[in-house]
Amino acid sequence: MTKMPPQYVSTTNACKLCKPLGASLAFRGVEGAVPFLHGSQGCATYMRRYIISHFNEPIDIASSSLGEKNAVYGGGANLKLGLKNVTEKYHPALIGIATTCLTETIGDDVKRLLFEYRQEFMQDGGPLLVQVSTPSYSGTHMEGFHAAVRGLVEQLTVAAESNPTVNILPGFLSAADLRSLKEIVADCGLTATVLPDFSETLDGPALRDYPLIPKGGTKISDIRAMGGAKATVEFGHTLPDQLSGGKYLEKSYGVELHRLGMPVGIRETDRFFEVLRSLSGNPMPEKYALARGRLVDSLVDGHKYVFGKRAIVYGEEDLVIGLTSFLAEIGVQPVLCASGGTSGGFVKAIEKAVEGFGVEMPRIHEGMDFYEIGELAAELKPDFFLGHSKGYPLARGLGIPLIRVGFPIHDRVGGQRLLHIGYHGAQQLFDLIANAMIAAKQDGSEVGYSYM
Amino acid sequence: MEAALQERQDSIHRTGEAPFAMECNKDSLAGAVSQRACVFCGSRVVLYPIADALHLVHGPIGCAVYTWDIRGALSSGPELHRLSFSTDMQETDVIFGGEKKLYNALVELIDRHSPKAAFVYSTCIVGIIGDDMQAVCRRVAEEKGIPVLPVQSEGFKGNKREGYKAACNAMRQLVGMGDISGISKYSLNILGDFNLAGEIWLIRDYFTRMGVEVVANITGDGRVGDIQRAHGAALNVVQCSGSTMDLARMMKEDYSIPSLRVSYFGVEDMAESLYAVAAFFKDEEMMRRTRELVKEELSLIMPEIMKYRQALAGKRAAIYVGGAFKAFSLVKAFRTIGMQVVMVGSQTGTPEDYAELAEITDPGTIIVDDSNPLELSAFLQEKEVDIFVGGVKERPIAYKLGVAFCDHNHERKEMLAGFAGMLNFAREVYSSVMSPVWRFVPRKAETVQEEIND
Repeated sequence: MTKMPPQYVSTTNACKLCKPLGASLAFRGVEGAVPFLHGSQGCATYMRRYIISHFNEPIDIASSSLGEKNAVYGGGANLKLGLKNVTEKYHPALIGIATTCLTETIGDDVKRLLFEYRQEFMQDGGPLLVQVSTPSYSGTHMEGFHAAVRGLVEQLTVAAESNPTVNILPGFLSAADLRSLKEIVADCGLTATVLPDFSETLDGPALRDYPLIPKGGTKISDIRAMGGAKATVEFGHTLPDQLSGGKYLEKSYGVELHRLGMPVGIRETDRFFEVLRSLSGNPMPEKYALARGRLVDSLVDGHKYVFGKRAIVYGEEDLVIGLTSFLAEIGVQPVLCASGGTSGGFVKAIEKAVEGFGVEMPRIHEGMDFYEIGELAAELKPDFFLGHSKGYPLARGLGIPLIRVGFPIHDRVGGQRLLHIGYHGAQQLFDLIANAMIAAKQDGSEVGYSYM
Repeated sequence: MEAALQERQDSIHRTGEAPFAMECNKDSLAGAVSQRACVFCGSRVVLYPIADALHLVHGPIGCAVYTWDIRGALSSGPELHRLSFSTDMQETDVIFGGEKKLYNALVELIDRHSPKAAFVYSTCIVGIIGDDMQAVCRRVAEEKGIPVLPVQSEGFKGNKREGYKAACNAMRQLVGMGDISGISKYSLNILGDFNLAGEIWLIRDYFTRMGVEVVANITGDGRVGDIQRAHGAALNVVQCSGSTMDLARMMKEDYSIPSLRVSYFGVEDMAESLYAVAAFFKDEEMMRRTRELVKEELSLIMPEIMKYRQALAGKRAAIYVGGAFKAFSLVKAFRTIGMQVVMVGSQTGTPEDYAELAEITDPGTIIVDDSNPLELSAFLQEKEVDIFVGGVKERPIAYKLGVAFCDHNHERKEMLAGFAGMLNFAREVYSSVMSPVWRFVPRKAETVQEEIND
């Protein structure tokens, strides 16, 4: 249950990233956009390096590169020069400007600075400027991600003619997830605007020429028209209303909102398909009915390999909720669900996800770091970890498998190609988990079984 | 050139095509997507490998989490440096000050890990809100009886070089605290090697075979106790253009210890460095041992290197690294394997560094300071480069264009220093350049199409 976690003043090996990183990722998913951090040079460079190591793709994040004088007298001049230079070199359609802890602390009024910039330099047009406040001393990369999405929706949408499009605000998924999501919606006979969509901008083909800005991303005209959409589908049980783009669209334009969990596992995916059915009026396409059928068949085939296995799940709150829901469905006992996030909705959502599946309530903790996870892991005797690659030292220490999902994956290739959502995603997850358990048994046995 | 902003033109030089002049060592241009990091990064990379010290980042979570286990700096013992400690400042700390949290975090972590010393890194907002880190560090040092050293590494206070200086200032306070009795007159400190993939062990072995005692590794596989005794060494050998030069200068001021600039990359520079050390000690017997060592090491690696040289002859290389010193050695190392360097640049080179590069490179070679993805990709295409040498941030630029790549930055897992490292380097270059996958990238697609049609 939710006993108090160990309480420390210091943080060791954090299980979260900082806000501007999330905002940069979201901005990267808009067509023709360049993410821009208003702060010192290091922030942009560190985040680029962190993102590159997962996606193995270029990601240019511009910076206003504040120096000492700017920190004292204000960063306005550098912000403007930076925007001018980015416009000149990248010819972006949009610049997504996120603040950092430095510029929030010195109190730069970015809104006013952008107003001035438009007056001074944009009389003859120029890129759209979307700005979001992302001080890293409150919240995690997920709050930064959602804030950027909300900022795009708030600052770009207009009262549009009503249209049959469905808005999808999926939160932070993998590139493969985004591709799969678009395919699902299209197969259901719906036109959708998925925001953000970095399935191509952060997972593109080999090229002859280095692109100033990679192809792909959500079209700006589509974002503008979101106010006229038939409905919004938004993933995330822990997403607070003030960061929800769906809530904004509902309130401002009366767009019907469907709030769902991330569609990981059978029940959450069923719920998603039910919404798609109600919006399209079409029954579930045969392709997905078959995929679901095959998934269930495979769960039957492999259920004994995973039943009763003890798992520690960690990472972003909404991903952990989805994964835990799936683990409960296949008979795995989650023993600890942990996140560095502190949305306030984590515990309840996990409790709901495992209810009625005959598993014990796991320990559920927000605001955790890997030191605390490690202390609990020592007493909880898990069979495997499920999460991103930063749990590797713990898994190695306990000699148990780490099943890699989510972001970042810094020690394997293909993080961007991991599929988590839908029946196909659940299939991949199940195969990974079952095979990890089989391999652990096989490798741990003296016999060397060749049939398992 | 079109890929460069007007303001950047003076930071790009082409060997032989104009009198040498170079804008460098200044703040990055806003909006140019520099490959550089910040002051904090400079301090963090230098001090990071000190394995029995606590490294606490005082600031919001980002700075600590992006530098967790970031370097391939190995330790032969404790591994405290591989953990990422932060005060994870929250909004209330920013408003009311973070000194109390810093104090409590330090005490908690020192009690938990019993480190030999603690480094406390300042980040951007700590500089703005004005936490008195010095006072907190002094108090904890007194209470816990270990050195607790503030590192003034506020990110915005300049570029990476400022961070190197802040790191050296912190280490300066350690040097001189230890007992130096029994240290040989043939002794030195290794400065500016970070023991990536175990490189410093190789270098130490060379010095030992020459008959030289290594007092302190600064900082690869570093120990607080060794650094405290470093003033007992007769010589500092300094690798890397910027990172530890300041400490060598300080030790010259404080203890009159002379220093030699060395490089362990490539056979020429490696051999020259060892000879220079032997010459410094003016010991004939040592010089003889050194010659023998070089001869022996070369005989072990050259046959295989010549094999690679045959395959790689005439191929073109581009280099973009953090410090320019590495670039000098790489230009020569590429010559050893028959390749030509057509572009070379660094994040933090000085005018002298670039003048030297202009000196040793072939006519037409592009030399660049503080470059960015647009410029670098344009250079790769213009020069039809076969392999690009850089770090993680440069890798996707090369790969996206279908160009081979060699990681020569601090994350690498391959030992590239020393004589054995030269062989690894040749292997690395060979295994990327000769891979069949390039036949399928768009740059070469026509060739494959023709083959299929034949």
